[in-house]
Amino acid sequence: MSMPGLANMSDPSPLLVVEDLKVHFPIKAGTLVQRQVASVKAVDGVSFLLNRGETLGLVGESGCGKSTTGLAVLRMLDITAGRVVFDGEDITRHDRAAMRPIRKRMQMVYQDPYGSLNPRMKVVDLIAEPMIVHDLLPNRAARADRARELLALVGLRPDMADRYIHEFSGGQRQRIGVARALSMEPDLLICDEPVSALDVSIQAQIVNLFQDLQQSLGLTYIFVAHDLAVVRHISDRIAVMYLGRIAEIADRETLYRRPLHPYTQALLAAVPIPDPEIEATRPQIAVAGEVPSALNPPPGCRFHTRCPLAVARCRTEEPALRDVGAGQMVSCHLV
Amino acid sequence: MAKLLEVSGLTTSFRTERGPVMAVDSVSFDVDAGETLAIVGESGSGKSVSALSLMRLIPNPPGEIVAGSVMFEGQDLLKITEAEMRAVRGDRIAMIFQEPMTSLNPSLTVGMQVGEPVMLHRGASWKAALERAGELLARVRIPDARSRVDAYPHQFSGGMRQRAMIAMALACQPKLIIADEPTTALDVTVQSQILSLLKELTRETGAALILITHDLGVVARYADRVSVMYAGRVVETGTARDIYKRPQHPYTQGLMACVPRLDQVLGRRLVPIDGQPPDLTRLPPGCAFAPRCGWVTERCLQERPSLDPVGNGHLKACFVDVDARVGEHV
Ligand SMILES: Nc1ncnc2c1ncn2[C@@H]1O[C@H](COP(=O)(O)OP(=O)(O)O)[C@@H](O)[C@H]1O
Ligand SMILES: Nc1ncnc2c1ncn2[C@@H]1O[C@H](COP(=O)(O)OP(=O)(O)O)[C@@H](O)[C@H]1O
Ligand SMILES: [Mg+2]
Ligand SMILES: [Mg+2]
Repeated sequence: MSMPGLANMSDPSPLLVVEDLKVHFPIKAGTLVQRQVASVKAVDGVSFLLNRGETLGLVGESGCGKSTTGLAVLRMLDITAGRVVFDGEDITRHDRAAMRPIRKRMQMVYQDPYGSLNPRMKVVDLIAEPMIVHDLLPNRAARADRARELLALVGLRPDMADRYIHEFSGGQRQRIGVARALSMEPDLLICDEPVSALDVSIQAQIVNLFQDLQQSLGLTYIFVAHDLAVVRHISDRIAVMYLGRIAEIADRETLYRRPLHPYTQALLAAVPIPDPEIEATRPQIAVAGEVPSALNPPPGCRFHTRCPLAVARCRTEEPALRDVGAGQMVSCHLV
Repeated sequence: MAKLLEVSGLTTSFRTERGPVMAVDSVSFDVDAGETLAIVGESGSGKSVSALSLMRLIPNPPGEIVAGSVMFEGQDLLKITEAEMRAVRGDRIAMIFQEPMTSLNPSLTVGMQVGEPVMLHRGASWKAALERAGELLARVRIPDARSRVDAYPHQFSGGMRQRAMIAMALACQPKLIIADEPTTALDVTVQSQILSLLKELTRETGAALILITHDLGVVARYADRVSVMYAGRVVETGTARDIYKRPQHPYTQGLMACVPRLDQVLGRRLVPIDGQPPDLTRLPPGCAFAPRCGWVTERCLQERPSLDPVGNGHLKACFVDVDARVGEHV
């Protein structure tokens, strides 16, 4: 089994650089002639670095732009502005052909592999399919062997290769989704809510699998989830997103011990800890309202409409993401 | 004195293509006025079917309540007529579901739906019912409540719809509210708003709350007592403090160990529960958890443990004295 990422681990240059990324979706109207009447600013100025072998967690409430960020990095979406640099190569304007060699090296793992996998194909063929698409192994028998090897790698029995996806439980399906992604020997896995649909006992199995694979294959992860405890457990650094922007980014210890952005603080306070004695004494800081529409984000700081600390400046001036030391970056006027 | 609600031996089966399924099997729990009971368990463990059974909302066919009693305010709800039961639903017992969009009618205004129980059960006029709806929407802190009475559900955000559902549940001042995963579809900041609101309102009105959830954090924050379900059965019941501090059933212990916590020491590996959740059409003859249990004995494979007291109002359905066995290993 080759270890694609390990060779790169000593390379100090970041695997991925995302700079001021913007992805705006046009909203069109009109019966005969469609014209653009507005745009959804799904991602609106996101920057981060991803080091080799590292896990970056992306958290934030639904609609804040986590999936769009992942899809833009994979170039499955058009980028409105900004830059995406993968392993030193600017891929922002790459077309399909130019992306081909790169796409092998970054793969996506979805929340619901069932929805993205063909129910009429055997598992062995599902796992081998990307190898055919990318001319990885020319010979059918070799691909089947490799598929069985990958099944074992993700903790399934190789003899399960001849079954169909509906014969598997949710956790097993997620393992198959991971095996399929790994068939390309990628460096980067973008995991979009890969454990969100699983029951907790199975979720723990899959989280451990991701950690084991990272150890043995030297993989780099972007791990998207809305469960902050899971993200804290699995990530090295965490970016908190709000309405298309990064509110705060820090290593996991700092983020949870000393969150500086009022949104990060509210988010952490909202997550209950499974211990009634701790909960009984925990201060309940409730943030009011709900996330406004990305079609029409508030001016100034996007969080100001819900922020308990907002002052006049927050309503007019958009805060920049500033380094406050020790790798912690915050976009808040009051920090 | 009798509790507000006492469910005992409740058993509900479904006819399926793959044979009969005992979705809920001899389930017992109770809840008293002013108390919050959480029913916790993984998907398919029988939480919703338990709630729907006690409300007599199980579709027949394919489902059927085959045994048990549901004593509510001195009356067995399984023995009264359908007309009498209709008078209970939405009046003395109200239910809140996970997906407010599917429980709200998209073509009626929010006010009409929130006010409807008042018309139905209290014989109020339309005008009075809509007035009351405005009050109720204000009570669940919907901004500009009176002007929102005429809004349609699609004009509300997810959190506001769930507030409207709570308003509807409160309409007739129920003695018992059953909330089935009321915040699972909502973001975490909205979840905490909604659950805190629900908790506060039940505290004010003295209603009992049955909170169905799969989230152990939610249970810890909001519940007084907990029943843990696995494969259609209650495997453990106790006060929230007892259950978290001294879980007695190996499944409960496994659940507690496998969830990552915001406050835990970093760098530790999660301890998953081995194996897969059970297939209800082919449950083993003994304890349903036996195939995944680290403490399994010969007896566990033969016999089904009943839910028995272990002291302090704490009950468990397990033959193994886990505390003693842990001692053996030390
Ligand atoms: N293809 C699309 N067309 C228009 N709007 C979109 C599209 N995809 C996503 N959006 C919008 O962009 C925002 C961000 O979405 P998404 O990245 O899926 O958020 P998240 O993954 O954080 O929940 C949302 O407001 C969503 O409705
Ligand atoms: N309408 C139905 N027909 C057949 N089986 C059903 C039906 N509703 C529920 N069940 C079965 O009952 C079991 C328990 O379901 P449920 O109470 O909804 O679980 P949960 O704990 O997730 O709420 C499930 O395994 C499901 O297969
Ligand atoms: Mg998403
Ligand atoms: Mg349910």
